[in-house]
Amino acid sequence: MFQLLQIELYKIFKRPRTYIAFAVISAIILLVQIALKFGGEEYVDLMMTGAKETFDIPVHQILNGYLVCFIILNLLLIHVPILVALIAGDVVAGEANMGTLRLLVSKPVSRVQLLAVKFLASSFYTIVLLIWVAVLALLVSIFLFGTNQLVVARKDEYDIISTSDVLWRYGAAFIFAGLGLITVAALAFMFSVFADNSVGPIVATVCVIIVFTILTQLQIPFYDQTIKPYLFTTHMLGWKGFFYVRGEEGVTIEGSIEHFSQIIKSAFILVGYTAVFLTIAFWYFNKKNILS
Amino acid sequence: MTPVIGVQHVSKDFKEVKALDDLSFCVPQGSVYGFLGQNGAGKSTMIRILLSLIEPDDGEVNIFGLDLRKNRKEILKKTGAIIEKPDLYKYLTATENLKIFTVMSGMKIPEKKIMEQLEKVGLAERANSKVKTYSQGMRQRLGIAVALIHDPDLIILDEPMNGLDPQGIADIRNLILHLSKGLKKTVFVSSHLLSEMELIADHMLIIDRGKKIVEGNVSELLNPKETNVELETLNIQESISEIKNSMWANHFEKAEGGKIILKMDSDLIPQFIRDVSQMNIAATSIRKKHSLEDYFLSLTAHHDVSATAN
Repeated sequence: MFQLLQIELYKIFKRPRTYIAFAVISAIILLVQIALKFGGEEYVDLMMTGAKETFDIPVHQILNGYLVCFIILNLLLIHVPILVALIAGDVVAGEANMGTLRLLVSKPVSRVQLLAVKFLASSFYTIVLLIWVAVLALLVSIFLFGTNQLVVARKDEYDIISTSDVLWRYGAAFIFAGLGLITVAALAFMFSVFADNSVGPIVATVCVIIVFTILTQLQIPFYDQTIKPYLFTTHMLGWKGFFYVRGEEGVTIEGSIEHFSQIIKSAFILVGYTAVFLTIAFWYFNKKNILS
Repeated sequence: MTPVIGVQHVSKDFKEVKALDDLSFCVPQGSVYGFLGQNGAGKSTMIRILLSLIEPDDGEVNIFGLDLRKNRKEILKKTGAIIEKPDLYKYLTATENLKIFTVMSGMKIPEKKIMEQLEKVGLAERANSKVKTYSQGMRQRLGIAVALIHDPDLIILDEPMNGLDPQGIADIRNLILHLSKGLKKTVFVSSHLLSEMELIADHMLIIDRGKKIVEGNVSELLNPKETNVELETLNIQESISEIKNSMWANHFEKAEGGKIILKMDSDLIPQFIRDVSQMNIAATSIRKKHSLEDYFLSLTAHHDVSATAN
């Protein structure tokens, strides 16, 4: 099994297209970092509009590596799923398109094993991509902007997290984001099993993500109860929960999370979605006639 | 002796199309078994069933005496195949492709043997070139190397000569004969190049619309007691009337173009040649007409076979 996984990873990381996602992410993150390096204080002014007087933290301290990383993650974690779909949507359908799927299935490896290895490889790629985001968004931002308290803007309030209380939150947020991205990988993977070329599954996954994200972000009360709680894209935003803290008499409680149970619930929902997508994929692939 | 492949009453439908209809056959050990049929006859469907790519709706498939459904892994370990064109990972080198499929076959094969395999198919010098830079013939040879790298006992080749130049076809022909006669492997090969099949196959099966038309030993099938004789003549009308007024009238089958076809016992051919020379027939040639292609055409005559019998 481990050897089969090695082969899958070898195939993925030998393809030039695999690195498109890494290049795109690097470009976006560096552009944001450059923009904030030269115009970040104006951005912070805008972010703090109306509340600046109540803060005794100077703007140049608010603009630090932690805040830059938070801004980047807000921008990126909606778009990274699209990049994940590029690989996960291709992993089975791409083989069918190349004509290698029939050769693989005619080897003495069970279909379950073959599919399991392919999904594990897609998940591994997803995690590596996320680690790349973490390295660029967090470490490079810390290097460029330094560290300080993290000020997180919410609808009508600001959470201030002390410097020593931030890093573990990023660790947890990245793990949670990984869970969300693996759900997207499972969705693209499921579509991939049904198709014989990779364009279909990639486009289908991107369409689902776009439609679900729009629904998630629509500020219509009717949808808040009827649709949003059931969309996996709603729960993918659960990583932000690690930055919403509890406070007592205006003071943040270190190590606290305001709605921890909600984060756990979102995590379970994402795992549930992943399980459903994979069950469908395995069920279909096991009985699929390999005609391509 | 247990046949290497035993197919019993296999049927397969694709929606409204019956791809295989109660098909049964046996492939003897060590034989080159030719699998013939027009395009769409069901050859590829049968080959995919043998390789577990498709489940049959009905029937049983036994390979090496084992039920394919229950012993899939064990059977596929001893089977090598090229299915239609040999599609491989074009962005990888020949060596990388071979390594991948070696692992997929559950084998541990040293680097040296991989290079030997590439040498055998004449690709050693291009071992580290990406497959996308290969010609069709080179890809075909690499496909064969992939099919043979784990030293299988049964080799299944689906149209292995497709897209090859005459030298490439001759190479594949020699390889198949070497595998069968030299290494005692069983080769199950489908092809539409009937003249090539005639040269390599010792058993054959012809299917049409998913049904078996005939199965047997090639030499017996091509040399039946009664055979067609083709008489080519410059005076076709007089020749027809001469034959119809002679003792050969009952043997007359048809006339087409400048040719007259007669059906007769093989033993009568020398006498027929002598008689023709006595008659008012301007004969330019007399030949026994029973190649595999003729045989195939006669069995599947209800279809337009021009595409398959070229």
